[in-house]
Amino acid sequence: MNKVFMSGNHAFAEAAIRAGCKCYFGYPITPQNELGEYMAANMRNAGGSFVQSESETAAINMLIGASATGVRSMTSSSSPGISLKQEGISFLAGFELPAVIVNVMRGGPGLGNIAPAQGDYFQATRGGGHGDYRTPVFAPATVQEIADLTRKAFDVADKYRTPVMILGDGMMGQMKEPVIFPDMIKEMPEKEWALKGRGAGESRYMASLILDASEMERHNWKLYRKYQEIEAHEVSYEGYMLDDADIVAVAYGTTARIAKGAIKRVRKDGIKVGLIRPITLWPFPAKIIQEVSQRVRKLIVFEMSTGQMVEDVKLAVEGRSEVHFHGRPGGVIPTPVEFARIMYREYQKQKKRSL
Amino acid sequence: MKLKNKWPKYYKKDVVTHYCPGCGHGVVHRIVAEVLEELDLGKRAVCVNPAGCAVLAYKYFDIDVIESAHGRGTAIATGVKRAKPELFVFTYQGDGDLSAIGTAETIHSANRGENICVVFINNAVYGMTGGQMAPTTLISQKTTTSPQGRDPQYDGYPLHITDVVAQFPGVAYAERVTVNSPAAIQKTKKAIKTAFQVQVDGLGYSIIEVLSPCPTNWKMSSIASHKWIDEVMVQEFPLGVLADRRKKG
Repeated sequence: MNKVFMSGNHAFAEAAIRAGCKCYFGYPITPQNELGEYMAANMRNAGGSFVQSESETAAINMLIGASATGVRSMTSSSSPGISLKQEGISFLAGFELPAVIVNVMRGGPGLGNIAPAQGDYFQATRGGGHGDYRTPVFAPATVQEIADLTRKAFDVADKYRTPVMILGDGMMGQMKEPVIFPDMIKEMPEKEWALKGRGAGESRYMASLILDASEMERHNWKLYRKYQEIEAHEVSYEGYMLDDADIVAVAYGTTARIAKGAIKRVRKDGIKVGLIRPITLWPFPAKIIQEVSQRVRKLIVFEMSTGQMVEDVKLAVEGRSEVHFHGRPGGVIPTPVEFARIMYREYQKQKKRSL
Repeated sequence: MKLKNKWPKYYKKDVVTHYCPGCGHGVVHRIVAEVLEELDLGKRAVCVNPAGCAVLAYKYFDIDVIESAHGRGTAIATGVKRAKPELFVFTYQGDGDLSAIGTAETIHSANRGENICVVFINNAVYGMTGGQMAPTTLISQKTTTSPQGRDPQYDGYPLHITDVVAQFPGVAYAERVTVNSPAAIQKTKKAIKTAFQVQVDGLGYSIIEVLSPCPTNWKMSSIASHKWIDEVMVQEFPLGVLADRRKKG
């Protein structure tokens, strides 16, 4: 396919259709409306179904129904709407149903605003809803990556029978960039677990209600083993200028792009900063951070929040090196100059200390 | 006349009911199973069961079943039907599920005219949680959360959700029935059969509200609860066809 110029929100939708997504359910909320609008315009032509639901809660439950039949399905929203979807995400985890949920984050808490933010990291990576579960979380940083990770999200969801979240932000959703899409998936393998009417066979049921505590415990350990598999096989990150780095920045999504700009700036002055950009937020790329913390004495975590991912970084570092945090919550988009200033300052502090 | 006791094909055998003595669920379950067999729908049927007393419906229905979170039945049914229109999809829901926590899902699935069926059990209380006041609880009816009897000035009025959705053009068929006598049971079977046929014919949404006894939470004998339906409940929720938009001829 040729390169096209497209917004992140449209790219989520186009990539989903190409991944064989046949059902989209959503409710309008800024800054991700273009995603649903694209689905409304294109899903029926692609042989699928688009429903503008009465609420986010209804949308996620429609998704449960569609997914239970084995059809690739998706919903999307932005922060306040994602909170409403948490009930259904917990059920998806309990039912072991695949699904893709896009969160184009905005400032919060509450209604917050419609500007890009990264305040939903905890909610996304810790399960979010009630009960003992995790969801794989992908964090794209370019429109191309939105296209690639959306495809990947459907594959991971099917492979492990789990809901998967793609965590973007208002900047990712609204920004236009050139993008090449993967080819359309024509045929999908049969999902033997799907409900399709009993036919001539045995009837089946999907239930998350397990009244017997020891049976429920078994189910929880089964899910846990699945999450261990995901942690073992699905970690993804980008390392940028790590080899000679004296200081390593950790940032994802939009913030990682800004950090890259800052790194280019400070490297001109000979300050060797590298970047670890988690592409999966859960499973978190703890191993590379562990490794880096053996030889680098300072890590700087940048987030558009008051500090959420920084906790995962600290867990991985285990006190071996200093972790500095710089965050801009509430929908403020930091600049490369701002990040560069932090890098200069931390470099100077470290230099003084080593004298 | 020779009476036949034929076990419905889509009702599981060798199961012990968890429903209380005198409860209406067992009767309605059996009716549903019989209709599925008579219309030959069991092989392609998917039931969406609720949170509530019927959360264990899959123990009885020998068809594919998916559980729903409290109130979300018609949203899940929408998803199933949109994904696989060839499936026969119905929800089985109680009054708390469908007309309190799931009001939005109920109203909008009906208003979209989703081609699904809703079997709505109205027993005027939250049964599974121990007899709390429901939206359908009658005025002056005592429940654990309306201990003095439902006071409309304080608790509001009984909600007629089926009458509400019956007004929507997308609702092809709506009827209120009960199961407190053999004749009423026959009428309920006919109503459910009509509703199921509506979906088979692709005519849209259908809902059958069944006034159903809950002797345990009404704190009555089984016989008294049957009488109470006739003498009290029907005054608030009159039986009959509430909407019929099937094309004639």
